[in-house]
Amino acid sequence: MADVALTSDAAEPLEKAQRRRWGFAARMRQHAGMLGGLALFLALYLFYQANHPRGFTGQILIQNANEAFALALVSMAQTVPVLMAGLDLSVGAVMTLVGCIASHLVNGSPADIAFGIVICIASGAVCGFANGCVVVYGRIQPIIATLATSAIYMGFALILRPTPGGKVHEDLSWAVTSDVREFAATFGLFSDGEALWLQPFAWIPVPLILLALIILLVWVPFTRSVTGRTVYAIGSAEGAAYMSGLPINRAKLAAFTLAGLFAGLGGLFLALQTSSGNADIPQAGAYTLNSIAAVVIGGTSLVGGSGSAIGSVIGALVLRTISFNFRIFDVAPLLQPLFEGLVLLAAVSLGGLKLLRLKNKLEVFR
Amino acid sequence: MTPALQGFRLKPDDKPVIFAAGFVLLILLVGTGYTVLTQGSAPLLQPQYLLQQLQVGSFLGIVAAGLMLVILLGHIDLSVPWTLTAAAMMATAVGGPWAIPVGLGIGLLVGIVNGLGVAYLRVPSMIFTLGMNAVMRGLMVAHTGGFAPQTAATDLMQYLAVARIGGVIPVALLVWLAVSALVVVILTRTTLGRAIYAIGNRERAAYLSGIDTNRVILIAFALSGAAAGLAGVLLAGYSTKAYQGMGDPYLLPAIAAVVIGGTNILGGRGRYLGTLVGVILIVLLNSVLSIMQMPEAGRQIIYGTVIISMLLVYGRGERVTG
Repeated sequence: MADVALTSDAAEPLEKAQRRRWGFAARMRQHAGMLGGLALFLALYLFYQANHPRGFTGQILIQNANEAFALALVSMAQTVPVLMAGLDLSVGAVMTLVGCIASHLVNGSPADIAFGIVICIASGAVCGFANGCVVVYGRIQPIIATLATSAIYMGFALILRPTPGGKVHEDLSWAVTSDVREFAATFGLFSDGEALWLQPFAWIPVPLILLALIILLVWVPFTRSVTGRTVYAIGSAEGAAYMSGLPINRAKLAAFTLAGLFAGLGGLFLALQTSSGNADIPQAGAYTLNSIAAVVIGGTSLVGGSGSAIGSVIGALVLRTISFNFRIFDVAPLLQPLFEGLVLLAAVSLGGLKLLRLKNKLEVFR
Repeated sequence: MTPALQGFRLKPDDKPVIFAAGFVLLILLVGTGYTVLTQGSAPLLQPQYLLQQLQVGSFLGIVAAGLMLVILLGHIDLSVPWTLTAAAMMATAVGGPWAIPVGLGIGLLVGIVNGLGVAYLRVPSMIFTLGMNAVMRGLMVAHTGGFAPQTAATDLMQYLAVARIGGVIPVALLVWLAVSALVVVILTRTTLGRAIYAIGNRERAAYLSGIDTNRVILIAFALSGAAAGLAGVLLAGYSTKAYQGMGDPYLLPAIAAVVIGGTNILGGRGRYLGTLVGVILIVLLNSVLSIMQMPEAGRQIIYGTVIISMLLVYGRGERVTG
């Protein structure tokens, strides 16, 4: 009761500071999974850079960013349905399908290219919307519904590209897979990228900028909208969200559409990166499964309600950095799959430690 | 509605079985129509063809039987592909009388590790079994050096997979039937079976009513692993050797077969008869599509459409009502 003795104007700043501290602690706890993933990524990546035979160069950063981009976007795609306790097994297939479309359309005059890109982005969103319709109006479990639709999307991709091939615009492909200076130089912007004010940013790889733009312009506004909050609410307690009058169906449709949009953007980039389209079923499956792993490493709960797509991006970076490390340490290629599996198992098993903190045994069962 | 018609009303549990069986007949009719028009014969209706399909389907059937136990819990086992492959590779590598026990043992072991991770560490089954699949793949790639193993299946393995009793009944079919009988007995006649359904419905309630839920989950995953191991042993016998990626075409069709058969993917509901019919449906669909020389693209589209439309008929969830 010492507080009572204090004068009110002395108590207030103290309370404020305390409240801020609690707020900070709560925030830290809320994002603990993501921060853990971030720490893991930073440790792995610094280790990689420190041991790289050529040291830290822009070229390596660009190469790393290019290799991580598609998986990062597919993992963002996976996050949205996972947040409402669903799974989207079709993200890899949507990525592949859009990649195949891009290998047909993203070429020719600037108008053609712009049209092609719009079609690519739209078709990703349409695939996602179709998933959403099957889940919302068909009332089929997301995991099974998307298992079925992924077969259908792979079928369309195979029709478009029975064999790997196609072509995308070379300048565009070069521009988005290198750094800012090259991007500007390719399109003759800012005195070919030599403008003085641009120099501090000139080394940043374009994929990282695109990733940041997608997060800032699509993901952040989404989480702050009613629809986005509803997605989280559905994952926490769907019945309660319904009773609170939240737009459940709209949120589900939006979540799957957004997932399709992200996966489609990943596919578009993959087509630009490889300059071709390839309806590769094992590759689509690998991307889907890796996206689930990335989501979990990024701190998003598979039972829904907590997490974020930014965490999943970090999860994807962790997965990719593991393989970067294999490359420079000359791990026998034959042992790489084993280590990848063991790292994944170890990372998710650490989550088992939280069981030790539970006070009530019943909390174990959700 | 007349009383006679009311007596005909389908129970909710029977609906998937009846519809799936009806669809099997439809597939046979369409396939026969196609062969009559193009070749002027109806090979699909001959017992020889149907027995052949059942023999090929028995591998998928055994995988699906094990997977169903896990799905009834509300979990999933994504480690099937490389559990199956590892069992096949190890069985052929060991050879001799120990080949089959080793294959089954590998499957059981992977299943037990899965069960420990899911039940005791409480890692979501989706991600733990995915990791186990990667680990088994890594172990096998390291073991074989990335090449196809040179060892051959033992005579007993080949007998179980290929031989026919009296030149008619495939032994593999009998193995499938034995596994099926075991699963039916477990699900309907034992406390383990009741516990599996109970956990699938509400694990918390099952725990409060005195069921050792962790042990039940462990056993179900172990059985699923053993089933995948058995399928691997038989498949190696069928193709006389083990090879990389032999298990890949079995996971998704097995999940599809279980779900088409009316088992709820969230657990707690489903009959084994449905899974049986689901497997036959998938196998016949594949076979008829290859008789029609359908390209891979068309196959994928038809496959996805069939799963969605079957589920739209009887697999729809409840409306959310708070």
